[in-house]
Amino acid sequence: MAANAPALTFFALFLPFVASVLAPFLTRLMGDRAALVLALAPALAFAHFCTFLPEIAAGEVVTGGYAWAPSFNLSFSWFLDGLSLTFALLITGIGTLIVLYSGGYMKGHEGQGHFMAFILAFMGAMLGLVVSDSFLMLFVYWELTSITSFLLIGFDHEREAARRAALQALVVTGGGGLCLLAGLVFLWNITGVTQLSLLVHLGDGLRQSPFYLATLLLVLAGAFTKSAQFPFHFWLPNAMEAPTPVSAYLHSATMVKAGVYLLMRLNPVMGDTPAWVILLPFFGGITLIAGTFLAVRQTDLKLMLAYTTMASLGLLVMLTGFGSAHAVEAAVLYLVAHSLFKGALFMVAGTVDHEAGTRDVTKLGGLRAAMPITFGAALLAALSMGGLPLFFGFLAKEEIYAALAAGNPRAVFFTGLAVIGNALMFAVAFAVALKPFLGPHVETPKHAHEGPVTLWLGPVVLSVLGLAAALFSGVAHRYISSPMASAITDQKIAVDISSVPHLGVPLLLSVITVLLGMLAFWRLTDLRAFMVRALESLGPGPDRGFDLFVSDLVRLSGAVTRLVQPGRLEIYITATFILLAVTLLVPPFLFGELPAMPAWPEDLLVQEAAFFAIAVIGLIAVLRAKDRLTAIVSLGIQGFAVAVIFLLFGAPDLSFTQFMVETLSVVILALVMTRLRLTPRDHRPLGQSLFDGMVAVACGLGFTLLLLKSTEAPFDTLLTDFFNTYSKTVAHSANVVNVIIVDFRGTDTLGEIAVVMVTGLAVLALIRVRAGRRAGSGEGR
Amino acid sequence: MEALFSILIGLFFAGAIYLILSKSTVRILLGVALLGNAVNLLLFTAGRLTREVPPIIPVGMDVLSPGAANPLPQALILTAIVISFSFFAFLLVLTYRAYQELGTDDTDEMRLAEPRNEQLPPMGY
Repeated sequence: MAANAPALTFFALFLPFVASVLAPFLTRLMGDRAALVLALAPALAFAHFCTFLPEIAAGEVVTGGYAWAPSFNLSFSWFLDGLSLTFALLITGIGTLIVLYSGGYMKGHEGQGHFMAFILAFMGAMLGLVVSDSFLMLFVYWELTSITSFLLIGFDHEREAARRAALQALVVTGGGGLCLLAGLVFLWNITGVTQLSLLVHLGDGLRQSPFYLATLLLVLAGAFTKSAQFPFHFWLPNAMEAPTPVSAYLHSATMVKAGVYLLMRLNPVMGDTPAWVILLPFFGGITLIAGTFLAVRQTDLKLMLAYTTMASLGLLVMLTGFGSAHAVEAAVLYLVAHSLFKGALFMVAGTVDHEAGTRDVTKLGGLRAAMPITFGAALLAALSMGGLPLFFGFLAKEEIYAALAAGNPRAVFFTGLAVIGNALMFAVAFAVALKPFLGPHVETPKHAHEGPVTLWLGPVVLSVLGLAAALFSGVAHRYISSPMASAITDQKIAVDISSVPHLGVPLLLSVITVLLGMLAFWRLTDLRAFMVRALESLGPGPDRGFDLFVSDLVRLSGAVTRLVQPGRLEIYITATFILLAVTLLVPPFLFGELPAMPAWPEDLLVQEAAFFAIAVIGLIAVLRAKDRLTAIVSLGIQGFAVAVIFLLFGAPDLSFTQFMVETLSVVILALVMTRLRLTPRDHRPLGQSLFDGMVAVACGLGFTLLLLKSTEAPFDTLLTDFFNTYSKTVAHSANVVNVIIVDFRGTDTLGEIAVVMVTGLAVLALIRVRAGRRAGSGEGR
Repeated sequence: MEALFSILIGLFFAGAIYLILSKSTVRILLGVALLGNAVNLLLFTAGRLTREVPPIIPVGMDVLSPGAANPLPQALILTAIVISFSFFAFLLVLTYRAYQELGTDDTDEMRLAEPRNEQLPPMGY
């Protein structure tokens, strides 16, 4: 590679984000033609990643990156092997087509600029996710895909359904992301590495760790929510509220595969344990069957496809869980095939919707003449999805059956699941590809005709690729399938299946699948009615549960808020001081840290005793004040007594300040109090008074004990000595207190002055607001 | 001597907190004023007490004479006095304005920010 390859890769990773920032401006300038320019970003990234193909096919890995926070062992680093490169190519390649498609699909929409920005930002996040080497980077990109997905699903934010779907997707996948973060922290703690590339050879230690199961469950929570595995599947069909390019890109080809990517990435490290081999096929299998059953029920083209996506993800998780060489090969082939045909079919569904005005399969028919190119693309994609010979989907299905078919009961069970699932997916594929186009012409809301080139280019390219990849399977396997399967199993695997059928159990199972699928397609209406009845009898699903969860969350947080914030100042203050009393009193009693009984000071002078007494008298007088004058005067008395106490104990500066402040306080208080009312009695009932008094006495006692105990200890003169030594010699002043204030702690004093100024401004504002309103209301009258 | 101060400070804290626990904003205000003094005395005492010798370096010397008061708590308290004064002034004006606007000095009656029977946020999305 060229010497500047890391910089180029870095640039390629950020190109989508750059395009995302430019998208709104370009769209404003060029309208829908901006898509042609914006598509250059993923296209260039695609071309860049293609240059790695020979190197990766030769079995090498490419790593690179930049130090981020070396002290925490964090880096922005990427890691390209067969697995991440295949994903990167799918993301950028399909991404290019999607950007073009969006240009046609969103043409004339006022939010097209935002839409382009969101989808390109998502592309950058997804690309970053699959090439990330560092855990932290992986997590950041993982959550970024959730956030961009939220923006895209909620794009049509004026509809409540779209808002709900967006929130749901964010809560489910974001919550899973947090679990993943915890899982990654576990991985880091167990193995001590923060990079995926270093993790590969630490699998044995990880599998023997006592925290293995916890780590696995956390990682699975992340992967299963992202990849819409049962019972977290419900957000995916709801995400079809998004515009169709989003469904085609995020919710079939890329984002939902992030979970599968993670499982494949961790397969060499965490796989091949009882938990892995049981959990993954189990949940994958359920998801496969549930997805196909739910798909058959639907009549909306996009929803049918969404549920089969869920089923396909289940199949992929199931195969990854098996982890054998054949299963991994099958997963690889199926993943690539699925991205191609599902992306194409989604775009077809979008085109039909765009041109005919509906995507309800029962209201569509006979569009073949009006939309021949779209029909052709749909047919090719459906043939691949149905797994018929000559198509990449066929290779995948052969490999699936080769991997699953074995004599033991477990294998028979999962083979059965796969056959039923594939047969139903066959039926749905042809329902989507044939029903809108064949049969008698049905009047549609819009007069249907072929869409512009941007609308049919994507489906055509993807569906033809599905055919080409199978015809030239040698090339596809050498550059894509074999390196990817090798990366997932961490051993050299050469995929060699071709589209020439050879006799054996897999072919037999394929034939059964196709026959069953044709039967299901033929009786689709009956099957649909049956499924609707069957699913209704099951009652509400997790989708309804989400609503309950959200409304209960609101109610719970309302109850908690009312409990801790009842809106009464008295309760807040009481709670604060009770806590203060507990903090002060419990530790001394608990740890036996009570001070010794204090002795009466022998050397107490008469004037000291007198001012102590005056302070206490002033204090009591404030407490018992029944009118304004008493309150003001007694507050002044205790303040001046404190000032004199400062003076008696060697603090003249304090004393003068205190005198001044107390005088000012009394004057201001007297001015304001003439306009305020002081109820003669404290209007607390006796019980309340007693309780408050207890709290107050407890706090006071706490402070007394604290101070007694702390003055018992020898005094640490470190700071005092410092100021004593340097006041004269360095700061050239004899008044040490002044030196501290204006010199050593000058910034602190600046802060103090700022506080005084802000307070002054606030006081002024409070008074002026009143004056302003008076003037305003005066004019009104 | 520190023991006597400790008890005095305990009394100040108790008195201040008792007033702050009241519902009447005027009494809370008086309590806050007392609390400032209590805290200042606490700081003062924690720095140990000495009689009558202020922390001023005598002419012709480079350091304080032995037995001089500890200057550090004094510097801290000097800052604290000024800040508690401005806090007091602000609270005073706030109390006055609240009384003018709301016609009450009872904190229970001041429910503008947190009204009684507050509704839950709307259900839905």
